[in-house]
Amino acid sequence: MIDTAEIEHNAAHMRQDILKMITLAGSGHPGGSLSAVDICAVLFFGGVLRYRPDEPDWEGRDRFILSKGHAAPVLYAALARAGYFEVAELATLRKFGSRLQGHPDSQKLPGVEVATGSLGQGLSIAVGMAYGLAVSEKGQQRVYALLGDGELQEGQIWEAAMFAAYKKLGNIIAIIDNNNLQIDGSLDEVVSLGDIAAKFTAFGWKTLEVDGHDIAGLKQVFDQASTCQNAPCAIIAHTVKGKGINFMEGQCGWHGKAPSDEQCDDALKELATSCASQEVTR
Amino acid sequence: MATKKATRAAYGETLVELLEEGVDVYAVDADLSGSTTSAKLAEADSSRHLNVGIAEQNMIGVAAGLSLTGKVVFTGSFAVFGTGRVYDQIRNTVCYAKLNVKIAPTHAGISVGPDGGSHQMVEDLALMRVLPNMRIVVPADYVSAKAAIRLAAHTPGPFYIRMGRAAVPQLYDDGAGFEKGFELGKARVVRTGADVTIVACGVEVHLALTAAEQLASQGVQAEVIDAFSLKPLDDETILKSARKTGCVLTAEEHSIIGGLGSAVAELLAQYPNVLNKPLKRLGVQDRFGTSGEFDELFKEYSLDAQAISQAVCDMDGSFL
Repeated sequence: MIDTAEIEHNAAHMRQDILKMITLAGSGHPGGSLSAVDICAVLFFGGVLRYRPDEPDWEGRDRFILSKGHAAPVLYAALARAGYFEVAELATLRKFGSRLQGHPDSQKLPGVEVATGSLGQGLSIAVGMAYGLAVSEKGQQRVYALLGDGELQEGQIWEAAMFAAYKKLGNIIAIIDNNNLQIDGSLDEVVSLGDIAAKFTAFGWKTLEVDGHDIAGLKQVFDQASTCQNAPCAIIAHTVKGKGINFMEGQCGWHGKAPSDEQCDDALKELATSCASQEVTR
Repeated sequence: MATKKATRAAYGETLVELLEEGVDVYAVDADLSGSTTSAKLAEADSSRHLNVGIAEQNMIGVAAGLSLTGKVVFTGSFAVFGTGRVYDQIRNTVCYAKLNVKIAPTHAGISVGPDGGSHQMVEDLALMRVLPNMRIVVPADYVSAKAAIRLAAHTPGPFYIRMGRAAVPQLYDDGAGFEKGFELGKARVVRTGADVTIVACGVEVHLALTAAEQLASQGVQAEVIDAFSLKPLDDETILKSARKTGCVLTAEEHSIIGGLGSAVAELLAQYPNVLNKPLKRLGVQDRFGTSGEFDELFKEYSLDAQAISQAVCDMDGSFL
């Protein structure tokens, strides 16, 4: 049995971290960071990813690639809470001289497997990694790539999807943060992706769907995905952009905008209230 | 006549040699494995050759991922697709993250021939030169191409190796230890002379040597430099020769914008009183390529030996 309370606790901290660091930075991407919080919390704190914060290059680690690199704050929050660096360093996000660049930079920050930010490239990198790990026969490492749903409009994603299935790479798990919003509007307003799961299935992937904010449900699909053999696995996580903050939820305007100090305070209060009610429920 | 062989012929062969020597080498190609010759590695060990199909963007990404598991990875395709189509992948993944990926496409330049302008990549050096962390070598013959591939494999980090389709005369000895003559940041003086310096790269090196012979018969002694390492450029060798001759001409089957001519111009502009005649850059004059055979094209684009010697004469009639 997993300790969902522990994961929820970390997720709540990560949401606070994200709000505070983006507010301090004065810019950044809160919407798509918040939609991916629960996914990342389960990956990092639900016993899914194998990693050693004090040994970031440990050979036996699973690889996590944040293909939607603009959601860097969620990755930084997870890495800090996991112990890769001090939580206090989150306050340096996007500042001159910081290791916490606007988009993840693997040259600067341990725990970041590869630099991302130009959308559409993470899945190909994950596929190359998965192949390299599979042929090394040293372990059973898996490669997890977190993609945005809008990001699936990039053609390179489908080049990678086709190739991963053809190579029968069972050690790669793509998670789609399906929050239905991109910068210019909803996916259906910009370019509809239709049935995402059907598309991955057609490309030869095993597909799973889950409520991307259901901790126990996420843990369950990750467990299921880890048993995948001879085929890559795509998890379509249905999420809400800006999840957890009432005035941000489902608003594409919060894709790439920092809250004001007042808005941040309101949001933190809201989070504190919902945390408290969770405690009561327990 | 010296033996003629294409620089691309060195590609697959050298990858196999590296594998036999214990290098953890991989090649990723995009449905052009026969043309680039990377298929030779597949014949030696099919698990080390990944053919991603006609999907160049994925080719670069897969290579990036492989390199992150400790492999030495070469990417293929033709230069027009292997650099231009995937510029963003090379920039934002390979160079920004400083990955051990060697961009090694073939069929660069107008020497591609009949396939025409769509396939004749004359902007690749410009695109690759501006990228931080990128090192660039341009082999002039089969032997230097072997050396270039070995150098890239043994030097961590991003590399661009520019190879061609056409068979070109062998200029260098491939005896034991031949690769020691080819270093990053080093050019090779392949002919000495005191009157004019011709800095060339790739196929233009042998054409410059032919031009130098023509010039010699007219009493003009040209020094010919093979700018094997375009980035970093061998400033010292080029400056030393320029100071001696006071007259420099560059030659490349690449746009005059952004390639060797630009690099040499940028270098010489920083030093006063080196040249006593304006620098002359031979290259593709801001236009696309066109279909034709090697000799026809090099005449049309003023890049053959005749054009080089004529350009030298035009620089200063007093040579004659």
